[in-house]
Amino acid sequence: MSEIVLTALIFTPTLGAIFLGFLPSDERVIQRAALVFSIVPLLISLGVLATFDPSRGDFQMVERHQWLPDFGVQYLLGVDGVSLFLVLLTTLLTALVVLAAFGDIHRRVKEYMILMLVLETGMLGTLLALDLILFYVFWEVMLVPMYLLIGVWGGPRRVYAAIKFALYTMFGSLLMLVAILYLSVLHREATGAMTFDLLKLYELPIARHTQLWLFAAFALAFAIKVPMFPLHTWLPDAHVEAPTGGSVILAGVLLKMGTYGFLRFAWPLFPAAAVAATPYIMALAVVGILYGALVAMVQPDLKKLVAYSSVSHLGFVMLGLAAMNVEGVSGAVYQMLNHGLSTGALFLAVGAIYERRHTRQIADFGGLWKIVPIYSVFFLITMLSSVGLPGLNGFVGEFLCLLGAFGRAPGFAAWAVLGVILGAVYLTWMYQRVIFGPVTHEENRGLEDLSIREIVVFAPILALVFFMGIYPKPLLSRMEPSIRAIVAHVEKGAKASGAAAAADGGSITEARVTVPAPARKSL
Amino acid sequence: MSLPTVDWVPLLPLLAVTATAVVVLVADLFLEGSDRDALAWLSVLGLALTAIVAAVLWGHHPAKTLGGSFILDKYALFFDLLFCFASILAVLMAVDFLTTTSVRGGEYYSLVLFATSGMMTMAGATDLIVIFLGLEVMSIAVYVLAGVWRQDIRSNEAALKYFLLGAFATGFLLFGIALVYGATASTRLDAIAAHLSRRGGEGQEMLMLGIGLLIVGFGFKVAAVPFHVWTPDVYEGAPTSVTALMAVGVKAAAFSAFARVFLETFAATRTDWNSVLWWLAVATMTVGNLLAITQSNIKRMLAYSSIAHAGYLLVAMVAGGRQGGPALLFYLLAYAAMNLGAFAVVIALGRTGEANEEIERYAGIGFRRPLLAMAMAAFMLSLAGVPPLVGFAGKFYVFRAAVESGYVGLAVIGVLNSVVSAYYYIWVIVMMYMCEGDLEPSSLAQRPYLATTIGISLAATVLLGIFPGLGFALARDGFLSLG
Repeated sequence: MSEIVLTALIFTPTLGAIFLGFLPSDERVIQRAALVFSIVPLLISLGVLATFDPSRGDFQMVERHQWLPDFGVQYLLGVDGVSLFLVLLTTLLTALVVLAAFGDIHRRVKEYMILMLVLETGMLGTLLALDLILFYVFWEVMLVPMYLLIGVWGGPRRVYAAIKFALYTMFGSLLMLVAILYLSVLHREATGAMTFDLLKLYELPIARHTQLWLFAAFALAFAIKVPMFPLHTWLPDAHVEAPTGGSVILAGVLLKMGTYGFLRFAWPLFPAAAVAATPYIMALAVVGILYGALVAMVQPDLKKLVAYSSVSHLGFVMLGLAAMNVEGVSGAVYQMLNHGLSTGALFLAVGAIYERRHTRQIADFGGLWKIVPIYSVFFLITMLSSVGLPGLNGFVGEFLCLLGAFGRAPGFAAWAVLGVILGAVYLTWMYQRVIFGPVTHEENRGLEDLSIREIVVFAPILALVFFMGIYPKPLLSRMEPSIRAIVAHVEKGAKASGAAAAADGGSITEARVTVPAPARKSL
Repeated sequence: MSLPTVDWVPLLPLLAVTATAVVVLVADLFLEGSDRDALAWLSVLGLALTAIVAAVLWGHHPAKTLGGSFILDKYALFFDLLFCFASILAVLMAVDFLTTTSVRGGEYYSLVLFATSGMMTMAGATDLIVIFLGLEVMSIAVYVLAGVWRQDIRSNEAALKYFLLGAFATGFLLFGIALVYGATASTRLDAIAAHLSRRGGEGQEMLMLGIGLLIVGFGFKVAAVPFHVWTPDVYEGAPTSVTALMAVGVKAAAFSAFARVFLETFAATRTDWNSVLWWLAVATMTVGNLLAITQSNIKRMLAYSSIAHAGYLLVAMVAGGRQGGPALLFYLLAYAAMNLGAFAVVIALGRTGEANEEIERYAGIGFRRPLLAMAMAAFMLSLAGVPPLVGFAGKFYVFRAAVESGYVGLAVIGVLNSVVSAYYYIWVIVMMYMCEGDLEPSSLAQRPYLATTIGISLAATVLLGIFPGLGFALARDGFLSLG
């Protein structure tokens, strides 16, 4: 059983989607069936967690089959400490989103659920694939359902947002495809064997000049997905127009595919180029943190505010990743999970209130505390988790990201801290205007508090927010061996490339030395 | 002068399809009314039989016949199978279409079969004159097919335009053949190749001019830019099922001869003409995709899309050799599956008296005809190259070949073009799923032939996308049999 557990995990949602296709279009039947098919992968992923060996840093539960033997394309899956928790996040959020859709999706329910399940297959496959072509296939499979979710169930400007989302993403990923092909040709020239096997390609020595080009192609694809400043412009549109479930998955999981891609592919495959690019990536990350926070502050629309807060929060993740030390990367992965939970919950909270009032303007609310107390408390915890209040999950992640960044480039880290403060400002100010104060709109008096179903949706997220804030060790300890392995690999690769360059003429090693230099200047 | 002895075995597929054409032509005289569907069955049966013959001969040792001017190698057999597949679907999708547009079936089916025999001749020809013969047999049948919708003025225009420009291009091809003959003293491909490997292409202006004119002639038939201007008008005006055959069958046939002549016979002079093909590929992809964006008629859009796809196929030609050749053949197979499906859906959305070819008319069918719209979405996404559909597998092979042969720049231009193309393919999906409309296409359940066509194309698009290995093995064996 254990040798096909990952395949079962990835394709259970697809089976569910096919099964749903044959069901009658009765809303309740469809909803329940979809819920069952989203809970099964959640249970399987919990099984993976239970059987995961926390002491190992390599890939576990590996499945390997030939797919296109002529070209060395394999069906190769595996899970490590990094992907493990992202998989859990995906299965959990998908199940919650399906449950949340009982409330706000009453039109074309069947199609919605089918797309959600297909999307889950794409996300899980992307996280678990260890063959570059297989990864690319799943990466693109994610695109279509999300595009349709935005375009069919979205708001008034949904078509524009959906097309913008699709074209942006395709633009980046197709250039990555060329880089993937080029990489396999390089491997063949070096060893004679054609392969897209990630683990073999990790060991491939690549000239630094070539690395820069390939890294650029991968980084572009991932940076669009993250999204990093200045490639973020599709995100606010997509979020504002997407239905609640789409926003939750988009912010909760899809954006992490970008940061995950950096960590799994861009950095370890091209260490020398990545190290050379570190100052630029850190600079863009810091700009993203501050820019996202400042723009979020002035948004009148709740969803747009949360969308820009994502730009800011993902900046912290990129900062931690770019630090490429154990603290920074652990913080980044932890922050990916935090952002998935807290921003997912924020979108759910916004969605719940939108369902009741059909507006998302901050100015239309105020004084909700007395009217919907349970909602207000849940919203408060979610908001504080996003702020990074100590004791909640957000603090741990941001702290580790900044710690790692201080180790690498104190100047950038100092600027990033400013982003933490700004984050507290825009989130608490938003909360204050929505929840506190006098009731400014009479129609808000009749608002209903959260239903049992909605409480069930929020409860697991809030429980995890507290758990991960108070006791992060079980997660961090499982991630650590894998993260250590990646960090060590990148350092070794960058050193080897630097040494080779030194032998050639010695000028390239400066790239490593100069990494912290701009940071020092800015202090 | 003695006639060469004829080995009949290599001619079997060709004979089978020609015989079917004649039988259909005769049977047409004796059938009336609804019995005429039997003609379609007869045609499908004949084509299926031809395909079976081709499949049986696959293991057969490649044999030349007719004095060495025709060969049945795996390369020709691969194309024979491809043509049978395309023609079967072109026949099946036409049954309903002919009734809604009141075109008599007999001529249509036999002309499709004659065109197929011309295509097969091109794929197996090892003599420039025989290639020309095949091209003419195919082209004349297709000229007539384009105008088979006699009462429709657009169909007349399409036929006339295609005929005039086609005749013009044939002139170029013929002149090219003459010049190549002048330079190498033979029209036989192996003799030309032997001559070129002895002497090379250096200093032979006549040969270069001949090769250039051949590129023009083939470029016209595959609809490469700048020889593409006829394509949108002809594709729009011709009956939709004929357009499908033109986009898939004619293009594949032209590429079968194009690739045999250039990648095998002219291989020794590759450095002289490859940069021309490089520019041709770039121009074809870019112009095709950019102009497709602005189209509001689905058939014109698919016409420009077919130009763009000719560009991707030219990328495979530029890559050439053991890399590009198999990729070219596989891409033709992929293109056949997804494109025939797309045209079948276009037919399914039309009704008697209203063709519904404006993309805006597709608004809202996504939820009124979920299966039909799902199939169309799959074809569009596959044409855009989204995995796990066959269009992605095709692009994977083509761009991999380009990268492997050192044409990274061409691959980058190709993928950027794919992004552009995604816009107009996705626009069809936008219309179907994200807009409201009132089109109520007649139910597919009452149109079993069309439903079968779409089903077969969809199955091929999905299965060859997830498991491209089998199709690629055929393409590779086919290309490598060129020797």
